[in-house]
Amino acid sequence: MTVRLAIPALILLAVAAIPFAAPSLQLLMNLALAKGIAVVGVTVLLRAGQVSFGHALFFAIAAYAAAFLSASMPGADLVLVLVVAVAGAAISGVLVGLFVVRYRGIFFGMLNLAFSMIFWSILEKFYHYTGGADGIRLPRPTVFGMALERGPFELIMFYLSLALVILLGWFTVRWFASPSGQLFQTIKTNETRLQYLGVSPQRALLTGYVLSAALCGVGGVIMGIVQGVVTPEFAWWIRSGEMVFIAVLGGAGSVAGAFVGAAIYEIVRTYASAFAGDIWQMLLGGFLLVIVIFAPKGVIGIYDATLARLTGTRANDGETRK
Amino acid sequence: MNLTIFLLALFDGIAYAALVFSVAVGLTLIFGVMRILNVAHGSLYAVGAYLTVSLTGYILALGFAPVLAFPMMIVSAVLVGVLIGGPIEWLLLRRIYNKPEVLQLLVTFAVFMILEDVQRLVWGTQPYFQASALQAMGMIRVFGVNYTVYQLIILPLVALVLLVGLRFFLRHTILGKLILATTEDREAAQSIGIDADKVFLLTFIVGAALAGLGGALASPTTSILPGMGADMIVLSFAVVATAGLGQIEGAAFTALLIGLGRSFAVYVWPETAVLVPYLIMLIVLLVRPEGLFGSPTARKI
Amino acid sequence: MKKLLLTTAALIAAPLAALAADKPAELKVGVTTFLTGPASVFGVPARDAAEILVEKINADGGIAGVPLKLSFIDEGAGAEALTSEFRRQVESEGAHAMMGAISSGNCQTLAPLAEDLKVLNLMWDCGTQQIFEKNDYKYVFRTQANATPEMLATVLYLLKVKPDFKTIAVVNQDYAWGRDSWQIFSTALKALKPDAEVVGEFFPKFGAADFSTEISRLQAMQPDVILSTSWGGDLDTFIQQAAQRGLMNSSTFVIPLAESSLERLGSTLPAGHIVGARGDHYFLHPERRDDADFKEFMAAFEEKTGAHAIYPVFHMSQALAALEAAYDKAVAAKGGEWPSEDEVIAAFEGLTFQGLGREVTIREDNQGVEAQLLGTSVQTGDYPFATLENIMIFDGAALTTPVGQESVEWVSKLTPDYAASVKVDSYDR
Repeated sequence: MTVRLAIPALILLAVAAIPFAAPSLQLLMNLALAKGIAVVGVTVLLRAGQVSFGHALFFAIAAYAAAFLSASMPGADLVLVLVVAVAGAAISGVLVGLFVVRYRGIFFGMLNLAFSMIFWSILEKFYHYTGGADGIRLPRPTVFGMALERGPFELIMFYLSLALVILLGWFTVRWFASPSGQLFQTIKTNETRLQYLGVSPQRALLTGYVLSAALCGVGGVIMGIVQGVVTPEFAWWIRSGEMVFIAVLGGAGSVAGAFVGAAIYEIVRTYASAFAGDIWQMLLGGFLLVIVIFAPKGVIGIYDATLARLTGTRANDGETRK
Repeated sequence: MNLTIFLLALFDGIAYAALVFSVAVGLTLIFGVMRILNVAHGSLYAVGAYLTVSLTGYILALGFAPVLAFPMMIVSAVLVGVLIGGPIEWLLLRRIYNKPEVLQLLVTFAVFMILEDVQRLVWGTQPYFQASALQAMGMIRVFGVNYTVYQLIILPLVALVLLVGLRFFLRHTILGKLILATTEDREAAQSIGIDADKVFLLTFIVGAALAGLGGALASPTTSILPGMGADMIVLSFAVVATAGLGQIEGAAFTALLIGLGRSFAVYVWPETAVLVPYLIMLIVLLVRPEGLFGSPTARKI
Repeated sequence: MKKLLLTTAALIAAPLAALAADKPAELKVGVTTFLTGPASVFGVPARDAAEILVEKINADGGIAGVPLKLSFIDEGAGAEALTSEFRRQVESEGAHAMMGAISSGNCQTLAPLAEDLKVLNLMWDCGTQQIFEKNDYKYVFRTQANATPEMLATVLYLLKVKPDFKTIAVVNQDYAWGRDSWQIFSTALKALKPDAEVVGEFFPKFGAADFSTEISRLQAMQPDVILSTSWGGDLDTFIQQAAQRGLMNSSTFVIPLAESSLERLGSTLPAGHIVGARGDHYFLHPERRDDADFKEFMAAFEEKTGAHAIYPVFHMSQALAALEAAYDKAVAAKGGEWPSEDEVIAAFEGLTFQGLGREVTIREDNQGVEAQLLGTSVQTGDYPFATLENIMIFDGAALTTPVGQESVEWVSKLTPDYAASVKVDSYDR
C-alpha cells in the first residue's frame, strides 16, 4: 500500500518542480493540468455510465464568462474571475442538466452534443459580441490587486492549477464515497434500485452533472487565462471528443487517470505536432487505438497491473478506482 | 414572402436535403444494425469525394466523355466501402462489439483522426474541384433563376432511389432480411445459422460505401479540401439523432426538414442559417428523446 | 514568494543577456504557418517559398555572414499547440526571431506573447488592422499592409473601372476577416460613393460547402456588383457555383483575394471580374517580371511546387527580406560587429526592404507600407487559367491609416476627392 501512495506523491513533487527543473515544460504542464481538471468532469459522468459528447460547452462557457468579465471590468482580480467563470459553468450545468438528465446512453451524449454545437454556432455567429471565430482576448487578471508580468503570473497560475488539481481531485474522490456520490454511481449499475429506494435517479444524476460542469468550467477558465485568448474552438465537438479520449486514455472512471491522461495527451500532441507536423493526428489516433484495443482500462489500468505484479497482490478494481 | 421566393427556397432546400440524406443514410444504417455511431463516417465521405475527383480527372485526361463522371462516382463509393470500410470492420470494430459504447465510439474517433491525415498525405492541402458531371447536365431556368439540372433534379432523384432501394433491399431480399434479423436479435439469428460476423461486415461495407457515395455526389458542387469531413459528420449526426437512430425513412424526412429550414433561414434571416440544424435537433430531442421516428427502447434492468 | 519571483525573472533574463554580443553559429527563426487545415492553401506555398529563399540567402553567405535556419510551427494544430511551441522555440531553442502568423486571431495571440518574451516577431501575413491601432508594441512588426489599404485600394479600383454601379451585395466568410473587411469596404464605399446601395449581406459559415441558396437569392436580386473577400476552398466553391449558374454573367464580382485562387479556378473564372492580391503580388508583376531575381525565384518555385506563386509567397519573401535588411543595417551601424537584440529592433525604425514586389517601408508604429495591385480577369489562352489585365498598382502611403488613427473612423471621414490623392500606375497587363 505504501508504494501505491508513494508513487503518486513522487509524481506530484516532480510536477511541482517543473517550473525550476524544466521551465520549458511549464506552460505545457499547466495546460495539461487545466485539461485534466476538465477531464475529471467527464470522468465523473463516466462513473454513472454516461458519456457526454458536449462537455466542451461548460469549458467554453467558463472561459467566455471570464473574458466578458475582464472586458467589462479591466483589471478584475483573478479570484473574482475564477469564481464568476465557474459559477457561470455551474449555473449552465443546472439549466442544461435539468433537460439532459432525463436521458441515458447515446441520447444523453447526443443531446449534450446538440447543446454544445448550438453554443458554438452562437459564438461563431454573433461576431459583434463574441469576436466570432477569432474569439476574444482574455487579458491577464490582477492577483490580489497587483498587475504582474507574464513570468510571475504564469508561475502563480501553475501552482494555483496544481493546488486545484489536488483539491478538486481529492474532493471528487471523497464525493464518490459520499452517500450522494454512491447514489449517483448506482445509475450505472442499477438505476431501478434507486427508484425502489425512493430516490429520484434524475436528481442523483443532476447533482453529478452540475459537479462535472463546474469541473469542466474550472479547466476552461484556467485554459483561457493561461492562453490569454478564448475562441469558439473551446466549444467545438472535437474538443468534447478529446476530453472523452483523455478520460479513456488515463483510465475510464479514474480521477488520477484523468490527470495522467491529460499530461500524456498534451505531451504527445505537442511533440508530435512539432516533430511530425504532417501526421500528428495520425499518431494520436494510432495511440488511441492501441489503448482502446489492448489496454481498455487506460494508463491507470496498466499501472495497477504492473504494481500488482511487482508487489504480488492482485489489483482490485473497486480499490484502484478510489 | 411571395410565392416565387417561397418556391426558390423550396428548391434550394430540397437539393441540399438530398445531399445531406445521401450521407446520413449510411450512418443511420450502420447504427441501426450494429449500434455503433461511426465518427469516421465524415472521413469516408471526404475520401469518396477525393477519389471521385481523382478518378474523373484521370478518365477525362484519357479523353473520355464527361458523362463518364457518373460511373466514377459509383466506382469511388464501392472502393471506399471495400477498401476502407471493410478493413475497419474486420480489423478494429470486430474486436470491440462487447466493449462499452464509449470505447466503440472512440475507436471510430481514432479512425477519423487517422483518415484525416491520410487524406492530406495522399491528396495534399490544395482544394480540388471537378464539376464535369454537373456541367454535362446543363442548367434550367426557373422564375428567372438558373439552377443546375444536377442539383435540382439528379440529386433529389438519387436520394429517392437510395431511399426506395434500401427499403426494398432490407424488406424484400434475403440478404436484407438476414440483416434485419441480426439487428433484431443477434443471438437468435446466430442460433438459426446466420453468420452475424458476415452480416456486420457487409453492413459496414454498405454503410461506408454510402458515405463515399455522399462524398462522390457532393464533389461536383463543392471544393474538396481537408477538414470537409468534420463538418459533415456533425450535420449527419444531427439528422440521424433527430430522425431516431437507425430510422432510414426518418432520416429522409429529417434531412428535408433541416434542408428546408436552412434555405428558408437564408431568405428570411441569413444569420441564423447555421443554427437551424442544431435547433431542430435540440427541440426534437427535448420533446421526443428517441427522435421523430425512433421507438422508445425498454430500459435495461 | 518574492525570492521565487526574482529567481524566475533572472532565469528569463539570463539567456537574453548572454546572447547580446556573441555572433551565433546560425540565426534561428521560428515561422508559424498553416501546414494543416483550410488555410494551408496559403501556409504550404509560403513554407515552400521560405525554403527556396533561405537556401538562396545561405548560398550567398547568410545574413551578415550567419546562416539562417528556419523551423516551422503548424498554426493548424490549434492555439495551445501553437503558443506552447512558439514559447518552446524562444525559451528552449533560443530562437533569435519569430515570424507569426497567417491567421489574424493567431497574430492577436502571439503579438503580446512575443512582447512578453522580448523576442522580435514579424507578422508576415495576417490582415487585421487592429493590432497596432489598439496597442503599442516594441518587438512586433508587420512586413506588409493590413486590411485597410487592401480594402481601400479595392474600392478605388472598383470606382475607377465601374463608376456607375448602383447596387452591391456581399458574401463573406463568417469570421473576423470576413466581417472586418466588409466593415472597412462598406465604410469606404459610403464615404467615396454615397449613392451606392447595399442590397444584400450574407455571411455563410466559414468552410461552407454549399452556396446554392445564397446564389439563388442573389440571382433574384440582380445586384450590379458582388463583393466576396473569401479565400481558399470557400472562394473556389463560391466562384464555381456562381459561374455554373450564370451569376457571373449578370453581376460583376469583386474578389480581393482571388489572385490566390486563379490557378485552381482554371477556365471557370470568366473575364471581366475584379481580382485583388492583398498587396502588389502577382506572378506576372508588371514592374518586376523582367528582373533577374524575380524570374529566378519564379522558376525555382514552379519547379519545386508545380504551381505559380501566390500572395503568401510574396509576403514570406518580404518578411525574410525585412529580417535580412534589419540585420544588415544593424551590423553596419555597429561597424561590422554582431548587434544585440535591441539594436536589431532599432534598425526596424524606418526600414526599407524589397521582397518580390515593390519596396516596403516600416512606419513608426511598426506597420509596413505596401503597394496594392488589382486587375481585371481575362482568359488569354497563354495560361490554362485567368490572368489579369488593366492592372493598377496603388501607392501604399496614402492608403494606410495615418499613425495614431483608428481605421474605420479615418475611412468614414474620407471624401470623394480622396481618390485623386492616391498615386496609381496603370498597366495593360
